[in-house]
Amino acid sequence: MSDIAINTAHAMEEEHHDEGRVKVYGFLVYILQDLLLFATFFATFLVFAGSYDAGPFPKQLISLPFVMVETFLLLFSSITYGFAMVQVHRSNLAGVRLWLAITFLLGLGFICMEVYEFAELIHEGAVWTASAYWSSFFALVSTHGIHVTFGLIWMACMFAHLSRKGLNAHNKTRLACLSIFWHFLDIVWVGVFTVVYLMGAMS
Amino acid sequence: MSSSILLGRLTDPNAHALDMLKHEPIVLYTVISIGVIGALVLAAITLMGWWKPLWRNWITTVDHKRIGIMYIILAIVMLVRGFADAIMMRTHQAMAFVDTAAMTSPETAKLAAESAGFLDSDHYSQIFTAHGTIMIFFMATPMLFGIFNYIIPLQIGARDVAFPFLNNLGFWITFAGAILINISLGLGAFARGGWLNYAPYSDIIHSPGTGTDYYLWSLQLSGIATTIGAVNFIATIMTMRAPGMSMFKMPVFTWTSLVSNILILMIYPPLTVVFILLALDRYAGAHFFTNDGQGNPMLYVDLVWVFGHPEVYVLVLPAFGILSEIVPNFSHKRLFGYTSMVWATLVILILSFIVWGHHFFTMGGGTAVNTVFAIATMIIAIPTGVKVFNWLFTMYKGRISFEPPMLWAMGMIFTFVGGGLTGVLLSIVPADWQIHNSAFLVAHFHHTIIGGVVFSYLGGLAYWFPKVFGVKPNRALGIASFWCWFIGFHVAFYPIYYVGLEGITRRLQHFTDPGLQPALITAMIGVFIIALGIICFVLQVLGVIVYGFRHRGKLPVQDNDSWGAGRSLEWATSSPPPAYNFATIPTVHTTDAFWDMKQSGHVRQTTGFHKIHMPSNTAAGFWAGMLLVALGFGLVWHIWWLVAVTFVGTIAVIIAHSFLGNEDGYYIPAEEVQKTEDELTAFLTHKGATA
Repeated sequence: MSDIAINTAHAMEEEHHDEGRVKVYGFLVYILQDLLLFATFFATFLVFAGSYDAGPFPKQLISLPFVMVETFLLLFSSITYGFAMVQVHRSNLAGVRLWLAITFLLGLGFICMEVYEFAELIHEGAVWTASAYWSSFFALVSTHGIHVTFGLIWMACMFAHLSRKGLNAHNKTRLACLSIFWHFLDIVWVGVFTVVYLMGAMS
Repeated sequence: MSSSILLGRLTDPNAHALDMLKHEPIVLYTVISIGVIGALVLAAITLMGWWKPLWRNWITTVDHKRIGIMYIILAIVMLVRGFADAIMMRTHQAMAFVDTAAMTSPETAKLAAESAGFLDSDHYSQIFTAHGTIMIFFMATPMLFGIFNYIIPLQIGARDVAFPFLNNLGFWITFAGAILINISLGLGAFARGGWLNYAPYSDIIHSPGTGTDYYLWSLQLSGIATTIGAVNFIATIMTMRAPGMSMFKMPVFTWTSLVSNILILMIYPPLTVVFILLALDRYAGAHFFTNDGQGNPMLYVDLVWVFGHPEVYVLVLPAFGILSEIVPNFSHKRLFGYTSMVWATLVILILSFIVWGHHFFTMGGGTAVNTVFAIATMIIAIPTGVKVFNWLFTMYKGRISFEPPMLWAMGMIFTFVGGGLTGVLLSIVPADWQIHNSAFLVAHFHHTIIGGVVFSYLGGLAYWFPKVFGVKPNRALGIASFWCWFIGFHVAFYPIYYVGLEGITRRLQHFTDPGLQPALITAMIGVFIIALGIICFVLQVLGVIVYGFRHRGKLPVQDNDSWGAGRSLEWATSSPPPAYNFATIPTVHTTDAFWDMKQSGHVRQTTGFHKIHMPSNTAAGFWAGMLLVALGFGLVWHIWWLVAVTFVGTIAVIIAHSFLGNEDGYYIPAEEVQKTEDELTAFLTHKGATA
């Protein structure tokens, strides 16, 4: 490789490196607004925390063991995503694929359990039209669920991106942003578990 | 309710799809004339063979300067649209006086009311809602983003914004929102609930029509676009400043824009959520804001004003920034109290979040709550006052030149202080109980929004006009436009204060006290004087279009420092600026970076340029925007197959962009940079020789 080619390659790399930093920064700013979005849903839920109208009441319907399993699926998926990022830093494509796949399956399991839980609740008469409490319950929990679903779609796209271009600078940036998104959803779920399920089971 | 699978409720007689066209000649003629004008424009573009350059240079562009211009064009069109509503309201109210003697029974009273003026109560409700909604979300916000787009990267010495594709996408989503809400002019109806559509009036029982749905989805689109824009500009300002430009060396306009974007980032999520919840109430039978199911309409009012109050600071802070650029420039002095200006902006950022309760002092919050919000509201006047004094001290002993931008600035200071004072008056709770929701309030917020925001934005357009096009707009028309707006505003709104104090509430469709008619006729005259101001402004714009035609779309490079006293970096590059903004990124040493360059005898680089990396154009934003129009339309009319197809389609377009988009951009070769820079060199040499 001639000197000129090395210099150009280096300059391009630097520019992309910088671009990646800006992208991650921008994504963190986006996460801030998502945080406020969830904050508003939480506030709404708390305003209606006692607005059961004629029932049903959450205490009879919430199964904490079930939700615990759901919670652990999501928490473990955060850990496995962390392992995937370790492999990204080691530039080990096979390792990234493996841990991403495990993360994907755990996330999918979480969504399936949530859908099953919703179906059970609706079967028991706890529908969103029942009272303000159930309206805000479904609004908050399914907003989180929709976010996780989009995270899964994004992850699926990442497999395609990795197959096309491998671990290049763009894909590393994408994986870093998805990592922020995924951990963020985990933290929000801790809030959902505490405010919605624990408080609901104890109400 | 009958609805077909293919057309949703378009065919349902209860949805009144074509009622406005059938029963309101005003609407019919408007739709026909828009159709004719639109067809003529499209025909002209086709005949002249402009589709290709339009597509390549504008629709798919990721250049922040071109996107900025598109935002401002959208804003000007919407200004005319919203102003037409204003003219109709003022004319109607000046005529809508009914004789109480004729009202002998409820039936005759209703008849008399319906025959008052030329707008029936239903249409009148749609018009005041359209006026407020369009002016805030589709006039002021796009105008703001147009100015952000054009000026911020230039002021901080950057080559583009942080995320050029998102910038293009944001514009097309805003455009989609504007299109969607304007479809309601002919198909269905506009919302009737005022610019914030309070629940429970906006729920499905009280507003079963399509108006509220149009409102919800188009504002949701506008909200998404605005949030995308805010993320973009925060990232741009925080990460892409020229070397040496620390936070406290940023121009004040960049500072106020940064704070305005932080505000957007924090207040649009509550608005998004409150509209999602109202949509769930309307579409899925949820109970957030309903009277039954233990819903609580007060939550709507709270959430909407958590958005709504900071929103006025979103609009007015950049206006303060524009003034802080204009006043030093035309006083030939540096800005007085730069640091206090920045801190005042930051204090407003914090305080703007704890004043929303003053919008509903009368709704039973109790003395303690009202007192907190009243005191916070009075305190927020202090940082605003600091800014006003800073501008006055900047002008003090300055060498003021009375160019149109400076007239706007001085008109703004004079008018805005008046509007601010009536705001402080409204913050006094006992007084507010008397004049809450009266015409006095209407006069107050127009006083601040027209006097503060619109005057500043128009001043900003006049100030940066030569930067964008190279030539100054016609000066006489500019001065005439200012005086028409200034005089027209005062003639139109002091009578509104007066009728408000006389007890007239806002949004009234007819009046019974003939003693008020002279005041409302005066207000109507005022609004026509403002119309003259808008005509002068449009003539200025036409002037530059003619200029553009004469140069076949390629505007010649002109003086970088158009007003001769530029202080910030946007004046360091040619007018109009090249695609890459700066051939070499300047290094910043002081607050007034360009002024410093001139003082220290900085010599402009004329040879030895390098190739410049640029982002590539993309059509993904445009297609996503068009799909979102269809998505909103499907949601409004319950055409579920269309909703499904366009929802999946929009996501598919974005994903496809991530795979197929050219993420590496391209390079402008050094020779081309050299050629472009030579044009400015030639101009400056010629200017130096003739001077």
